Amino acid sequence: MATPVDPPAVLAPISQAGRIGLFLVRMLGSLRPQPSLLLSTLQQVYLVGARSLVIIMICGFFVGMVLALQAINALEQFGASDQVSLLVGKSLFRELGPVLTALLFAGRAGTSVAAEIGLMRATSQIDAMELMAIDPVQRIALPRFLAGAVSVPLLTAMFNALAILGAVVFSIGVMGLDAGIFWSKLQNGVYFQEDFIGGIWKSLVFGGLVSLVAVYFGFHAKPTGAGVGTATTNTVVLSSVLILVFDFIMTSFFT
Amino acid sequence: MRANYKVELASGIFLLLGIFALIWLATRATDYGKELGDEAYYVSARFTNVADLKDRAPVKIGGVTVGEIESITLDPLSFEAVVTMRLDQRFDEIPIDSSASVLTSGVLGDRYIGLEPGGDLEVLQDGDELFVTQSAVVLEQLVSKYLFNTRSEPEAEDEP
Repeated sequence: MATPVDPPAVLAPISQAGRIGLFLVRMLGSLRPQPSLLLSTLQQVYLVGARSLVIIMICGFFVGMVLALQAINALEQFGASDQVSLLVGKSLFRELGPVLTALLFAGRAGTSVAAEIGLMRATSQIDAMELMAIDPVQRIALPRFLAGAVSVPLLTAMFNALAILGAVVFSIGVMGLDAGIFWSKLQNGVYFQEDFIGGIWKSLVFGGLVSLVAVYFGFHAKPTGAGVGTATTNTVVLSSVLILVFDFIMTSFFT
Repeated sequence: MRANYKVELASGIFLLLGIFALIWLATRATDYGKELGDEAYYVSARFTNVADLKDRAPVKIGGVTVGEIESITLDPLSFEAVVTMRLDQRFDEIPIDSSASVLTSGVLGDRYIGLEPGGDLEVLQDGDELFVTQSAVVLEQLVSKYLFNTRSEPEAEDEP
């Protein structure tokens, strides 16, 4: 692949965005519904999704507990500590669940994807594939991208579930709030359409973003050890920024 | 390139767990299933003042929720608030002369609409309008009325 001509420094971020967009188009353009694609996507779901499960669940549990702790502290001043589940549920479903899961996913799975593909580039495996007339974008990039987009919403759901459990453990188990009030506030105040489905959409977008960035930087890593390192760093930095930017955009336009 | 058996099993378990978590969250932690059935009909009412009544606020008869507020708009000619309510089809025997009032749950609670059933034999149909309404009681107006003790126009009752 020919190295692109360097644009003026000011335009670098814009052309970078353009290259990532073109890469996405190229990747989706190579999408052919084949059994082999399903199989390799499933394998990647295991590598990026299932293997991220434990860290997501542990983090979710503690996020739920600390949310409940802080919410009870604040709400107690108004004598409204039985509203804790509403506050925890709304903030989890709408913001914290999708964003934190995507950030963790970028650190746990995005880096490993970028490093893996970067190393393939460094050891000329991708060039070899091109020589054999196998499209590496279709064979390597697409399954990882799809697996990320599928995994992140599911991971978000598990993060949210564990966070709710964490909130239950803290507010009912430790602080002794009433369990019935906890669940009924949750079921009456958290809306399925706006809060729940909105959060799932967000996490789908975040999953696509993180895996797109990871795959892109892996593919375009310099074929050296340092190049692989730079690719993983860039993946975490850019995907974290993009997650937060897109979170704001989606929240302000779609709610 | 066939993924090996354990990998397939693990990713299958992961997918199932994720979907299970989605369903558990949707049914236990949101209002999913608590929404009214698809069988519903719409009834409107006009108020001079709805205070801070919000979309999706409950519509109650005798304290039991029978529907929710679909939309609140302003009639550009009469400057009345037009509230469209979505009522559950199970409650299709509400008399047409029932009255609607904007009430508050608790002292500082949320606003909702309370329906007081009338005695007419004719029942509300889709698209009907409730003619007997009572607007929200606004605290500031009560206080100023008490302070100045003026007998201004009575609170909008029996609004046409």
